[in-house]
Amino acid sequence: MTVSTKTDQILSADGMPLKKSLGRALRHQKRRALMLVAPLLIFIFVAFIMPIVSMLFRSVENDIVVNTLPQTVMALQSWNAETEELPDEDVYAAFAADIKLAAETKTHTKVGLRLNYEQAGIASLFKKTARKVKKWDIESDGPFKEKFIGVHKNWGKIEIWRTLKVHSSRYTSGYFLNAIDMRKTAGGPKAQPEDKQILLLLFQRTIIMSLVITGSCILLGYPVAWLLANVPLRKANLLLILVLLPFWTSLLVRTSAWKVMLQQQGVINDLLVQLGMVSDGARLVMINNQTGTIVAMTHILLPFMILPMYSVMQTIPPTYLRAAKSLGATDWTAFWRVYFPQSVPGIGAGSILVFILAIGYYITPEIVGGTKGVFISNRIAYSILKSLNWGLGAALATILLVAVLILYWAYDKMVGIDNVKLGG
Amino acid sequence: MTDNTAQDAFVEFEKVQKSYDGETLVVKDLNLRIAKGEFLTMLGPSGSGKTTCLMMLAGFETATHGSIRLDGTSINNIPPHKRGIGMVFQNYALFPHMTVAENLAFPLEVRKLGKSIREGKVNRALEMVEMQTFGGRRPAQLSGGQQQRIALARALVFEPELVLMDEPLGALDKQLREKMQFEITGLAHRLGITVVYVTHDQTEALTMSDRVAVFDDGRIQQLATPDQLYEQPENSFVAQFIGENNTMEGIVKEVDGDLAKVELDGGDVIACKPINVSQPGERTRVSIRPERVEFDKKRLKSGAHTLKAEVLEFIYMGDIFRTRLRVAGNDEFIVKTRNAPDQVRLEPGAQVEIGWLPSDCRALDA
Ligand SMILES: Nc1ncnc2c1ncn2[C@@H]1O[C@H](COP(=O)(O)OP(=O)(O)OP(=O)(O)O)[C@@H](O)[C@H]1O
Ligand SMILES: [Mg+2]
Repeated sequence: MTVSTKTDQILSADGMPLKKSLGRALRHQKRRALMLVAPLLIFIFVAFIMPIVSMLFRSVENDIVVNTLPQTVMALQSWNAETEELPDEDVYAAFAADIKLAAETKTHTKVGLRLNYEQAGIASLFKKTARKVKKWDIESDGPFKEKFIGVHKNWGKIEIWRTLKVHSSRYTSGYFLNAIDMRKTAGGPKAQPEDKQILLLLFQRTIIMSLVITGSCILLGYPVAWLLANVPLRKANLLLILVLLPFWTSLLVRTSAWKVMLQQQGVINDLLVQLGMVSDGARLVMINNQTGTIVAMTHILLPFMILPMYSVMQTIPPTYLRAAKSLGATDWTAFWRVYFPQSVPGIGAGSILVFILAIGYYITPEIVGGTKGVFISNRIAYSILKSLNWGLGAALATILLVAVLILYWAYDKMVGIDNVKLGG
Repeated sequence: MTDNTAQDAFVEFEKVQKSYDGETLVVKDLNLRIAKGEFLTMLGPSGSGKTTCLMMLAGFETATHGSIRLDGTSINNIPPHKRGIGMVFQNYALFPHMTVAENLAFPLEVRKLGKSIREGKVNRALEMVEMQTFGGRRPAQLSGGQQQRIALARALVFEPELVLMDEPLGALDKQLREKMQFEITGLAHRLGITVVYVTHDQTEALTMSDRVAVFDDGRIQQLATPDQLYEQPENSFVAQFIGENNTMEGIVKEVDGDLAKVELDGGDVIACKPINVSQPGERTRVSIRPERVEFDKKRLKSGAHTLKAEVLEFIYMGDIFRTRLRVAGNDEFIVKTRNAPDQVRLEPGAQVEIGWLPSDCRALDA
C-alpha cells in the first residue's frame, strides 16, 4: 500500500494530470472494497440472479420438440396446419425415423409430456406408438401413414399434427398465453375453454386479497406503531418484543393455530355459540376460504407493517403536536393535519413491504386457503411440483415479478420512493 | 421575599407545585404575577423547572397543586387549544410538510377564518418579520434565523395576547442571536403583547426583559428588573448566577443598620452591606462585582476599606482589562477596569492595595 502511494506521488509530481493520479490512488481502495463484498456478490449472482434469469428463460424455452423430432419439424414446414388435410407420407416417414431414434434414447416420453400440456392424451399416445415403432425398419417398412393410423387412430386426426406443428418452434409464447388463460393455436392465440380459465381469476384474487391484507395491516398496525413511538422507552421495548414475538414461532405453527381458532368447531365459533351470538346450526365458516387467508396473513405480516411505521414515527418530535395545539388545533386536527402527513412515509414503506410479501405468499394460503383462498403462488407451486409444467410455472412467476416491478414503479411515480423510510 | 406585586396581574401563578413522578417536586410553591404587556424572562440553570412552568401555562402539563389564572380566570381545566396562547419552541416546530405560508395560515384555518382574511393576515405577518418573498418555501429551505422568524410570525399571526417562548434563540449563532433579541423585543413592544420568555443565557435575559425571574431548584430565587438583579442580588445563588462575581467567606462580627463588619477567613475585617445576615456569629459569603473594585489610590473614595493584594495575571480584552489577584487567600479574585488612556496596567507580581465602597459589598447567605 505504501509503495503504491509513493509511486503515485512521484508520477503526479512528474506532471501527470491530477485526476489521473487521484484515480489511481482510489483504484486501490476500490479494489479492496470490491474484494470485501465479492463473496456476497458471487453468492447473490449464483443464488439469486442466475435462478431468476433461468426462470425467465424457461418461460419461453421450447427446444425439446425440435431437438427430439428434428426431421418431423422440418417436414411439417411445408404442411399448412389450417387445411383439413392430413400431412403427407413424407411427414409420417420423418416422424417414424425420429420417434424410433427417440425411443432408443428414451427421450420420447419427455416430448410426449411437453405436448401433453397442450393436448391431454398425447403422452400416452407417444408411449404406445414408440413401443411399436421400435420394431419397425425405417428403410423398408413404408409407407408409414396407414401404419401409424393402425397403431392409433389419433394419428389420423389433424388436431395432433396441428399441436405438434404449433409447438415445434424453439422459443414459444405458449406458456405466457397459458398463464393468461389463452392458448396458442395454428390460427393465432385463442381463449382457453371456459372450464380451464382459472389463472386470470387467481391473479386478480391475489392482487385484491393482498390489497385487503395490506389495508387491514395499516388499520391494525398504525395505532400500535403510534403507541410504540409515544410510550417511555422501557415500555416501548417491551411492546416491541411483543410485536416481534410472532417471528420467533414457526410460520407453520402460527398458521395451524389459526386453523384451530377459526374452524367451525374451533375456539371462536364455540365462543360465539356460547354467547348466543350465533346459533349452533349456523356456525361461521372462517377457514379454508378467503376470510381464513386474510385473517391469518394479516396476523403474520403485521410486524412488517408496524416496524417501518414505528421507525418513522419515532423521528417525529412530539413538539409538532404541541405546536399545532398551541396554534388552536383540536387533538384530532393536530393529528390529522400535522402528525399523519409526516407518518405517511412509514405507511408507504410498510405497505410496499406487506403487499410484495403478500402477493407472493405460499404457505399460509396453502394451509388455510382451501380452494377459494389460494394465491397465484400456490398455482406456481402446483405447476412446478405436481403437473411438472415448469414453463407455465416460470411464465406465471415472471408475470408476478413484472407486476411487482410495475407497482413499485407506479408507487415511485405517485408517492416518490424517497418518501419511503425504513427508519432514520 | 420578592417584589411580586405587579398591578392587575394578567397571568398569575398561585402556589403552584408540579411533580412528574410523585416523588420529587420539580416546581415548588411558585407564586408569580405578570402584568399585561410585560416582558418577563425565566432564567435559570438546566433542570430548574423553567420549561415545566411554561408548559403548565400553555396547558401541556397540569399543575399538581395550585392555580394558574389568565386575565382573572382559572385556566387549569382549559385544554391547550382553547387557551389562545402563542408559543415559540426551541427547535421552532415548523411543520415540515407545509410551506411557510401554509404554516402561517394553519392557526387561522383552524379558527375557520375565510380565505381572503387568511391571506391578508399571513402577508402582514410575513411583512412584520421581513420575509414577504418566502411564503412558498418549505421550512427546510430556510436558514436557522429565517426559520426562527417564521416561528415567531406563526405564534403571532392569530394575534394572541400572551406569547410564550422557550429558548427560541438557543440554536442561533451569537451575532444572529443579538439581532433577533432586538427584533423580538421591538415586536413585543410594538404589538403590546405579554411575553413569557425562557432562557439560560443571562445576557439575553438582562437585555430583553422588563423583569427577570431567576429559577433554581424549582423556586424563584429573585424576581426583579435587570438592574436590580445585577446590582442588588438577594442571595448568593443569584449573585453567582448573574454576571461575574468575587466571593469571600467569613463570619459576621456585628450588624449595625446598613453596615456590617465581617471577619474574613483570612483574618481581615471588612465593612459590608448586610443583605440576608442579621446576627453576629453567622457565616456569610461576601460578594463584590469585579468592576466595583478599585486599586487606583486616586480614585478610591476616602474612608473606603482597603485590603492587600498580589497581582497574578493581567489579561487584555480590548474594551476592558481583567486582572486576577490573590486577595485574603483567594486566588480567583477578579478586577475589571475600563480601557481608558489614564488606566493603570498592573504587572504580575506587583503588590497593590484594593478597596471598594461598603455599599457595593454585599453580605449574603453562606
Ligand atoms: N416529562 C417529564 N417527566 C419526568 N420528569 C421530567 C419531565 N420533564 C422534565 N422533567 C424533570 O423536571 C425537571 C425540570 O425540567 P425542565 O424541563 O422544566 O427544566 P428547564 O429549566 O427547562 O431546563 P433546561 O434549561 O435544560 O431546558 C428536570 O429535573 C427534568 O428531569
Ligand atoms: Mg427547558
